[in-house]
Amino acid sequence: MPDKKKDLIDQSLQDLNNDGVDRRGFLKCMAWAGTGLAWTMSGGIPVSRAFAKGYGKDAGKGADFTFVQISDSHIGFNKPANPDVTATLQTAINKINAMPHKPDFIIHTGDLSQLSKPSEFDTLDQVLKGASAKQVYFVPGEHDMLSDNGEQFLQRYGKGTKGTGWYSFDHKGVHFVGLVNVANLKAGGMGSLGHEQLEWLADDLHGRSASTPIVLFAHIPLWTIYPDWGWGTDDSEQALSYVKRFGSVTVLNGHIHQIMQKVEGKVSFHTAMSTAFPQPAPGTAPSAGPMKVPADQLQRVLGITDVNYLVSGRSLAVVDSPLWDSGSPASGNAG
Amino acid sequence: MWVAGVGMPVLIGILLLFAVSPSVKGSDQPSEANAAVKIDNFVFGPQTLTVPVGTKVTWTNSDDIPHTSVSTEGVFKSKVLDTDEKFSYTFTKAGTYPYYCTIHPKMTGKVVVQ
Repeated sequence: MPDKKKDLIDQSLQDLNNDGVDRRGFLKCMAWAGTGLAWTMSGGIPVSRAFAKGYGKDAGKGADFTFVQISDSHIGFNKPANPDVTATLQTAINKINAMPHKPDFIIHTGDLSQLSKPSEFDTLDQVLKGASAKQVYFVPGEHDMLSDNGEQFLQRYGKGTKGTGWYSFDHKGVHFVGLVNVANLKAGGMGSLGHEQLEWLADDLHGRSASTPIVLFAHIPLWTIYPDWGWGTDDSEQALSYVKRFGSVTVLNGHIHQIMQKVEGKVSFHTAMSTAFPQPAPGTAPSAGPMKVPADQLQRVLGITDVNYLVSGRSLAVVDSPLWDSGSPASGNAG
Repeated sequence: MWVAGVGMPVLIGILLLFAVSPSVKGSDQPSEANAAVKIDNFVFGPQTLTVPVGTKVTWTNSDDIPHTSVSTEGVFKSKVLDTDEKFSYTFTKAGTYPYYCTIHPKMTGKVVVQ
């Protein structure tokens, strides 16, 4: 089965590399549940590569650099959906440390903590210290800004950032932008970037070459997934209008504790699994609260995302992998 | 633990009490009326709560996720309510008081004080 999948994928890859069309159909086909999925941004054209059993050996092979996204660790959460979120975060870190190619850095897309407690942040720091990658970039989730408008978060993780914690940096030719869409939320609304941050973003991107690969990361999705549950950002359209001229844009988010992806023009959107607990698919439950799954299934719905970058094709490959790791072939079905 | 279905009859009882016993209002030491809002499945229930002036409203979070209850107009502001935690505010003036959860702003409700 994996070979068959691989053939299908290789074929699709080839097709995409040749003409760059039929992305949507391919991505639909690639929407595997709970397995790995790789995206390659090739000159602004997203293509994908599955990863299953062979991933461990091939991950990052030929990539110029790799980084890992983790999200929604919710340290301090202790309800039935996962009574030990520190252990599952540790498993995620172990998985990162076992990667054949050491990632250059880690991005945490928010909800580090459950209740913004100092002890929760301390525990997170302690676990992250064990990661092979020492550099960790953070953006806050709404759980990290409780009570104090994010003061503590800024002190711990946002030194040198602007406003409520936004910033950008360059790494080996890729421009990364960390955005905050969980501050000063308005009654009845969804996530919000706010005027000041949008102005900063326009300015930050101004004058950059359109061939620069851009990675935007923020906690709440920057595309509207499910407004009833607030799964979107009210003013994300404006932010996205600033990146339209770039050939390759990758948007990495968390918040919804499940993998979702979409391609719109040259922009590929991606949400990561949580390391703490899963949440239901949009509209499939009375609310977006933690989803309880059988204990032996939990690690199949938690995970990490690693991203490989190839300078030659200015391409980014986004790979999700569950914490569960039995060494057996992926169980998803190609569509 | 707050039991589903109990709150509304209690509230109606309170309202009836006020309706039929004007002496309660007129006494030198007005007894404090109570009303409850339950936060469950990311919803404030009831979404609109109507109470007499002087009522103490208590919000209880029954979710596994923290919430807040914060007046849109800055009248009251709860701390972060973790599971089963409560917040109370006594409404001393008539009016309509919209509020929301600052963590999940899609969650809104209002208290109408008469």
